[in-house]
Amino acid sequence: MPKEASFLASSIGKKIVMAVTGIMLVGFVVGHMAGNLQLYLPAHGGEHPLDAYGHFLRTMLHGAGIWIARGGLLVAALLHIWAAVTLTKMNMEARPVAYKEVKSQASTLASRSMRVSGFIVLSFLVFHLLHLTLGKIGPFEEGKVFQNVVQGFQSPVISGFYILAMVCLFGHLRHGVWSMLQTLGLSHPSYNTLRDRLAFGVALLVVGANISFPLAVLAGFVKL
Amino acid sequence: MELNANIPDGPIEQKWDKHRFDMKLVNPANKRKYKVIVVGSGLAGAAAAASMGELGYEVECFCYQDSPRRAHSIAAQGGINAAKNYRNDGDSVQRLFYDTVKGGDFRAREANVYRLAQVSVNIIDQCVAQGVPFAREYGGLLDNRSFGGAQVSRTFYARGQTGQQLLLGAYQALERQIGLGTVKMHTRHEMQELIVIDGKARGIVTRDMVTGEIESHLADAVCLATGGYGNAFYLATYAKGCNGTAIWRAYKKGAAFGNPCYTQIHPTCIPVTGDHQSKLTLMSESLRNDGRVWVPKKAEDCGKKPGDIKEEDRDYYLERKYPSYGNLAPRDISSRAAKQVCDEGRGVGPGGRGVYLDFKDAIARLGKAKIEEKYGNLFEMYERITDENPYATPMRIYPAVHYTMGGLWVDYNLMSTVPGLFVLGEANFSDHGANRLGASALMQGLADGYFVIPYTIGNYLAANKGAKVAADHPDVKAAEAATKERNARLLAVNGKETPTYFHRELGKILWEHCGMARNEAGLKKALQLIPELRARFWKEVRVVGTGDELNQSLELAGRVADFMELGELMCLDALERRESCGGHFREEWQTEDGEAQRDDENFAHVAAWEYTGEGKAPIRHVEALAFENVHLATRSYK
Amino acid sequence: MSHDMNLTLQVWRQKNAKAEGGFQTIKAQAISPDMSFLEMLDVVNEEIIKDGKDPIAFDHDCREGICGTCSMVINGRPHGPKERTTACQLHMRSFKDGDAIAIEPWRAKAFPVQKDLVVDRGAFDRIIAAGGFISAPTGTAQDANGLPIAKENADLAMDAAACIGCGACVAACPNASAMLFVSAKVSHLGLLPQGQPERFIRVRDMVAQMDAEEFGTCTNHGECEAACPKGISLENIARMNRDYLKGKLIERPAVAGGGGV
Repeated sequence: MPKEASFLASSIGKKIVMAVTGIMLVGFVVGHMAGNLQLYLPAHGGEHPLDAYGHFLRTMLHGAGIWIARGGLLVAALLHIWAAVTLTKMNMEARPVAYKEVKSQASTLASRSMRVSGFIVLSFLVFHLLHLTLGKIGPFEEGKVFQNVVQGFQSPVISGFYILAMVCLFGHLRHGVWSMLQTLGLSHPSYNTLRDRLAFGVALLVVGANISFPLAVLAGFVKL
Repeated sequence: MELNANIPDGPIEQKWDKHRFDMKLVNPANKRKYKVIVVGSGLAGAAAAASMGELGYEVECFCYQDSPRRAHSIAAQGGINAAKNYRNDGDSVQRLFYDTVKGGDFRAREANVYRLAQVSVNIIDQCVAQGVPFAREYGGLLDNRSFGGAQVSRTFYARGQTGQQLLLGAYQALERQIGLGTVKMHTRHEMQELIVIDGKARGIVTRDMVTGEIESHLADAVCLATGGYGNAFYLATYAKGCNGTAIWRAYKKGAAFGNPCYTQIHPTCIPVTGDHQSKLTLMSESLRNDGRVWVPKKAEDCGKKPGDIKEEDRDYYLERKYPSYGNLAPRDISSRAAKQVCDEGRGVGPGGRGVYLDFKDAIARLGKAKIEEKYGNLFEMYERITDENPYATPMRIYPAVHYTMGGLWVDYNLMSTVPGLFVLGEANFSDHGANRLGASALMQGLADGYFVIPYTIGNYLAANKGAKVAADHPDVKAAEAATKERNARLLAVNGKETPTYFHRELGKILWEHCGMARNEAGLKKALQLIPELRARFWKEVRVVGTGDELNQSLELAGRVADFMELGELMCLDALERRESCGGHFREEWQTEDGEAQRDDENFAHVAAWEYTGEGKAPIRHVEALAFENVHLATRSYK
Repeated sequence: MSHDMNLTLQVWRQKNAKAEGGFQTIKAQAISPDMSFLEMLDVVNEEIIKDGKDPIAFDHDCREGICGTCSMVINGRPHGPKERTTACQLHMRSFKDGDAIAIEPWRAKAFPVQKDLVVDRGAFDRIIAAGGFISAPTGTAQDANGLPIAKENADLAMDAAACIGCGACVAACPNASAMLFVSAKVSHLGLLPQGQPERFIRVRDMVAQMDAEEFGTCTNHGECEAACPKGISLENIARMNRDYLKGKLIERPAVAGGGGV
């Protein structure tokens, strides 16, 4: 009889951590995307709605709200990364001698590139925080969210990296959303097509909307 | 040698109950002091090892495969019989008993068969409790199907994978005991010798098939559940690894061999395509529930496409000859009928060795969906092998060697003529007489393993706690030395032909002269050809590599060497049994319409052969069979 | 009439578990399209033996697709190019004259190579021994019809129970994960009423053993399902995950007279 492994030490336990934190992070990217759609609203009384939204986020619950959210997201992201790293290590060790030839049948580019797409999205996240939260890259004015975004996206380099990251995020969400439902045991033949479409829909919605922002700025639809 | 069947007294219905009470018991606290070896992990072996482990004996189980789950019981497709009478169609223990004795052409021991029918009902209960997913009806209760040789519906099944599911049930029970530490499993180990000390079986010598190491394993009793020896024919429905080595080694150490000539030729196999053929694939007999067997009436139609042959030009010969059983006539009869029509030049397919099994009427009656539900996996398998779609064109089938009713002789307790050596399942000769009915092999394997040996082994052990055998006992060392010497001899020949070549040649001789039909001249010829081939084998075989490694060529050579001796005994037994019965059809003894003609006056007995030494003729002993509960009658399925 | 073929095999040769392995090029000549893949190897081996060389060791037994013994990756796919087919049921008509065929063993840390294409799959047995059973000692059973089982559940259990334990799922998985195999047994037994008493202990113990055997973990590629000769569904993995989570959520600390779940 094997010694019973603790939840976090077990493979499925780690996968469930991955899935649950994945749900939190998906919730975040969906919410973030929805908030950012305000980019397309016209300025109102001299203040752009995006600036007002930024102000609201920073001041809700007397300023504690944003830190609670940030704390939660940080923990989720760290656990997600921890699970990814430990599972990847197990997986790489599980096949010490590689095949000469592999003909994939069912896996997709998205499923096979989760590690790469995850890493690029993480790198982008750091860049994105430096750029639009901490203001360490390019021109930045505290509280002027709309202005900072538009100025930033006017740089083709920044927009290019942003778009690349979003393409990776698409792949990551496309496989990740389907995968987290599977890991949490949500599978039923009557709903599995729906499950698959949901994953595709979430990925397309988030990434489609997100990519429209730099494109709109570069094309001059949105300007200061 | 004395053959005492040890059949308990009393009316047949009460023999087993009475015997169970009369047998000695081993105290629960003492059971762990007894060690039992089980060789083989199929239905009989796995069930026996798991059940004895549960009882508390120290069990060691051996198999040649990489896992006990792979034993060839797994390939049984159709089902398992049990006298449950869930259909309310008149079944009973008495009827299953009667059908089995009659199906065996009155050459089985009544008491054993009755016990088999009795415990058949427990088997189904046991398997369901283990989680075997038998087919069910919408009401949630178990479904049944019909099988050859019976007029009631008593066969339980799990799609076309009944053997697999029953074996997995037994395997899981076995693994549970392995996890609990009561059974120690040795996979990839092949038994090479039986160790007999002071006349009792006390252990085995094995070869570790990965390292080549020769090891002795000692115990208080040895159970062989190593299956049948049909692979002597080379082409058979057996797994490639199935072999007769364990029982043959035991025979050479004093275990009598019962009825070696009784082999079963299964009527529904996929025909041979060429010389490269390494084995034959069976299509479940259950197909005959809905398929109709036919050949063209005229030989000149054989080359035509089956669809082009008009209904009135088809000969549904089973329905014609056996109207009451029709396509469900027993296996020996159906096989022989196929051979007859092919001998008349009316066979179909390459080489003219095939008959049609046609589902056109069943598809018209039940719809394709229903047929697919019932036989989908079999149809798929057929298409994969032959590249023909059986929904559109009839299947082609031909008989192939499938089972051996003969095996080591055992008494009522399943003990051989070597005390302490028990033989279970297909490896023994006991329950099927001269012909086994469909869905009865699974029943017998599990009956022996779950419900007979756990009782009878205790009776033996309680009276036979021998002194511990030292690992360097001279008899142990001698058995090890014999094994090593034999392997060294095989490796040293260094001839020019492969072991497979000799196996194929042996198969041809046996199929030709000791197959579906036998006669004196042919058998005598075989008895001359086999020793010649054997002599050539020991001069010309080429076994490459060494004995100290994984060496599949050496494994095969050892098995073929034994088959060449065993094949000779099969022919000898067939020659001496001057009658036709069940699977043993002697052309000299047939009725006017070509049916088997028994000679109850002279041959209502078991022939048990005693080994007398290298190059010496074996002695034929006889156990007379008494039929007190079944009236000896000509077996008719008309 | 079909014509014989000549093929070039690239076969993994490895003397034993400790030796280094490598590919060897072997010609296969006059191969009939009616041969099975293993019969083709038989023919090749006959020639090798006649040359006095070491034949290709490969695992095989029933040769009718049910025992699960045969195990080789053929041109990058476990059991070869045909769907829902074991190597023994793969016929040479799936190839054409002049083809090059790469043949490799199952590759996973948990399945060490013993020789050439032969691997040790004892890890699967140990996973079953850890919990892949219903504890029903011989002789304790009630009448088989005493426990009606919905046909749908019996059929679903049978679908899962059809697993032949060949290990193609592990071989196909980019992570060498055994979750399809383990989940098939968890599902087979967990779908039946007889399996309920041990349902959560079973999944816990089997997963613990699976991890101890150092298989990889599932990242939901679906390669296992595609490679499975018996069509075992990914739904089983979801079911196992569900049962594992549920079992862990309701697990109690060990109590006197029994532990766990």
